[in-house]
Amino acid sequence: MAGLLERFVRGDRRALARALTWIEDQQPGFEQLLHATHAGLGRAFRVGVTGPPGAGKSTLTEKFVLLCRRRDQKVAVLAVDPSSPFTGGALLGDRIRMQDLTLDDGVFIRSMASRGRLGGLATTSLEAADLLEAFGFDVVVHETVGVGQTERDIVSAADTTVVVLVPESGDAVQTMKAGLMEIADVFVVNKADRPGAENLERALTATLGLKPRADREWNPPIVRTVAVEGEGIEELAAAIDAHRTHCHKSGVLIAKQRARSAERVRDLVARRVDAHVWQESGGEKMLERALDRIRDGDATPYSVADEIVAAIGFDSGLVLPGKEQREGA
Amino acid sequence: MTPTVRKDRRDDGRPIVQEASTREERMAARVAAWRDRWDRQSKRDIDFTSTSSMEVAPIYTPVDLADNDPVDDIGVPGEYPYTRGVYDSMYRTRLWTMRQFAGFATAEETNERYHFLLDHGQTGLSVAFDLPTLMGYDSDHPMSEGEVGVCGVAIDSLADMETLFRGIPLDQVSTSMTINGPAIIFLALYVAVAEEQGVSPDKLRGTLQTDILKEYIAQKEWLFPPEPHLKIIVDMMAWCADNAPKWHPISISGYHIREAGSTAVQELAFTLADGFTYVEEGIRAGLDVDRFAPRLSFFWNAHNDFFEEVAKYRAARRIWARHMKERYGAKEPRSLLMRFHTQTAGCSLTEQQPENNIVRTAIQALAGVMGGTQSLHTNSMDETYALPTEKAVKIALRTQQVIAYESGVANVIDPLGGSYYVEALTDRMEAEAEAYFRQIEGLGGVVAGIEEGFFQRELASAASRYQEEIDARRRVIVGVNEFIEQDERLEIPILRIDPRYEREQCDRVRELRAKRDDAKYQTAMVRLRQAIQEEQNLMQPVLDAVRSYATVGEIVELMRDEYGTWREPSIF
Amino acid sequence: MTEQKIRVLVGKPGLDGHDRGAKVVAAALRDAGMEVVYTGLHQTPEGIVETALQEDVDVIALSILSGAHMTLLPRVLELMQEAEMNDVLLTGGGIISKDDMQALAEMGVGQLFGPGTATGEIVEYIENWVNDRGAKVGTTS
Repeated sequence: MAGLLERFVRGDRRALARALTWIEDQQPGFEQLLHATHAGLGRAFRVGVTGPPGAGKSTLTEKFVLLCRRRDQKVAVLAVDPSSPFTGGALLGDRIRMQDLTLDDGVFIRSMASRGRLGGLATTSLEAADLLEAFGFDVVVHETVGVGQTERDIVSAADTTVVVLVPESGDAVQTMKAGLMEIADVFVVNKADRPGAENLERALTATLGLKPRADREWNPPIVRTVAVEGEGIEELAAAIDAHRTHCHKSGVLIAKQRARSAERVRDLVARRVDAHVWQESGGEKMLERALDRIRDGDATPYSVADEIVAAIGFDSGLVLPGKEQREGA
Repeated sequence: MTPTVRKDRRDDGRPIVQEASTREERMAARVAAWRDRWDRQSKRDIDFTSTSSMEVAPIYTPVDLADNDPVDDIGVPGEYPYTRGVYDSMYRTRLWTMRQFAGFATAEETNERYHFLLDHGQTGLSVAFDLPTLMGYDSDHPMSEGEVGVCGVAIDSLADMETLFRGIPLDQVSTSMTINGPAIIFLALYVAVAEEQGVSPDKLRGTLQTDILKEYIAQKEWLFPPEPHLKIIVDMMAWCADNAPKWHPISISGYHIREAGSTAVQELAFTLADGFTYVEEGIRAGLDVDRFAPRLSFFWNAHNDFFEEVAKYRAARRIWARHMKERYGAKEPRSLLMRFHTQTAGCSLTEQQPENNIVRTAIQALAGVMGGTQSLHTNSMDETYALPTEKAVKIALRTQQVIAYESGVANVIDPLGGSYYVEALTDRMEAEAEAYFRQIEGLGGVVAGIEEGFFQRELASAASRYQEEIDARRRVIVGVNEFIEQDERLEIPILRIDPRYEREQCDRVRELRAKRDDAKYQTAMVRLRQAIQEEQNLMQPVLDAVRSYATVGEIVELMRDEYGTWREPSIF
Repeated sequence: MTEQKIRVLVGKPGLDGHDRGAKVVAAALRDAGMEVVYTGLHQTPEGIVETALQEDVDVIALSILSGAHMTLLPRVLELMQEAEMNDVLLTGGGIISKDDMQALAEMGVGQLFGPGTATGEIVEYIENWVNDRGAKVGTTS
């Protein structure tokens, strides 16, 4: 790991690419790598781009990145596509729409397969974003799977979440109304030169108006774009900037970052406790043996869980009636 | 459609089929009885499907044609709905044009090949361009490296075009040019060369492919987004209607859709849907449908499944006629005719045992002829390796001649008409194509379908299914997954393009830029840009530009600058 | 938790747009459990190698039907060497003569597959190559 880390710190893009693989594969030692690079965090801004399939997320991302480059910001993109639940394989095709970025050394794009995670991101999207930030990127863009459902994961991963819709997604707006309102910091009506764009905007405005807001609460703006033509990208960037400023001033940004840290710690603790209970303390074996007893009616899943956590010195404090009865018998 | 069969029992209790009253009922009863017996037979363990993975019945009978009206649906040749052929007399008056697609290296070499083919009895020319030309790059552009003259001939300017047709009087041959994105430039180049020979545009006969929609769907050689391309195509249709009435400005092509993996029905439906889109664009631009529709022509693939292919051509004629008349209000009979060129399926050729490709090509060519094609290209056996050698090209041409003069199939018009199988298949393909038209309309039309990736997805999944069938040996390909020869030695010579042609061509285009009249060139280019910005018909300004020796790459670059570029949607 | 996936770049260099084979192979590799980065058409050798680097793929698989393979494949190989991508396989397919395949193999290009190859053969070749190579350098602690 030392060699890789050294090359990473020197700014070797190949080392970054390999470190990302390490994290994606959750190779032993990947947590040390994240620990070692953690000091580099705290400067990048994270933008989430989500929306139904065919909304133009990748094209919009490309144009947004090109604009960031004109502002001299270094940008990384994490584009997620779904893994097949049957074979584990995946086709990652988002780069097709981002070809103008490939040869710019201020840009780094990584395609990630979701690898079983369902909320629109990949299993290790957050860790990968940390690594990219530590490498020195000023902006990290998460592009979600875009399966057409509300992808809530993006809220905790991004400082600003952009929800991209197209005139054709009018129906989607109806069905995901509540979810959309929760996650969007900025709405984009892409392909706004098509018929139906105004209707979509009106529907969004109406829905937004329904939600009561406190005085200084952020009211998501609606930006019209024609991403293939590059139209409306300046306005989108301005809306993202405005949201960023708002979050900064209102303390939301700090709160989000704190929440992200808290979530990470919780995740790690859960993962370690998990490993400890099931592997190191023999929970897996205890479970295996208990299955017959459950079948025979001598135990219940609840009593077995109790026994397993008791083995690591943990008392759930639950009083299970069955336990008493058996003890009494 | 359940036939009514009155059943009874004999004295011994066994059921019998009693004499039914009408002929239809008697036939249905016979078919039902046959099916009983057929069900009891053992069958070979393989998929009995067409090349397009379509289930086919073991037999077709009049029962399958119960809904077919032999007068309105089949009719006679040269009469609406033209199922049996577009002309009254077909091949007894004139055989199909034997048109071998050729082009390689430089204009000089290709010109020699044309003279060779004309000397061997070919009756039309067909130009294959190299990839840089098709994509609108000059030979010395960095993207052209390694591709100049490899897949066809490299044409950078009017100078190359003059060489290409040297010694060939353009009022006496018909020429087909397979080019799409830069088609308008090549119409202008051809007109300009003819002009130098003293031949006016109204005498020019031939076809430009020009079909950009199938490029987005299948072959992926576009230059700009769909809208400007469609606008340019309408410009060409309008210009030809006024100036070159014998020229076909567009050949609506299913060939490449099939090559990209589609089924026969998809080829049929997507191609005709493209055709309808061009018609709609023309009408929208204010052209009278009867002014441009007679010059629209088609280009189909001929794959291995003989009957499926014949039915496809017949269905295509009927669908086109019906839509042109009923949907677009065409009044001229000539507007209703689906005339077409056919090429045998390149994707069916195998690298293994390449001589077998001669046989495949012969069967496919026969389908094209039995389907009533107006012209035909037969592939050469060695095309999975490289460009064909002269010997292989000659065998391919001879294949057509054997069909034309020895087989006897050209004696009778639509010889398969009335075959229960072919008529049932024709009806079924028409119905399935109509279902696709409704689906495409639901997506918002062909362009919306392209932007959404609909066609590309349909093709990719059909291609994957076909490959899976071969991999699983449920579909046998001779020499590939059955009857394999180990340690096969390649015994056919391979044509190689000498890299020196690329260097020479690059030198030639650089020299041309240095030597031409710069003032004339600049003026023409400024005029062209202005015409684009003012949305004028581009044919005249492009003609002026090619006459000033502006290169293909320069003209395309200016157009890209004005119209923008286009990127395929991700379909996975 | 540890889960190593074979990552493959499937792309089309040069100008030819015949992507039927590339798409069929991409889908077959996915169905074999691999992660396939599909770059689409008209890729330059520079773009291919830079993409392969960012995506940290095990294999670059290119489809070329235009006959420009003797220009494009050596160029990709050269750029891979410049980027020190010594643990990445360059393979592919298309209309490539046996003589050219031989010449390219001598330069260090992996096996090339012609028309009519069963997709299973390509999957097997890639799986075997990755097994023989072992873990990527720098991914084992």
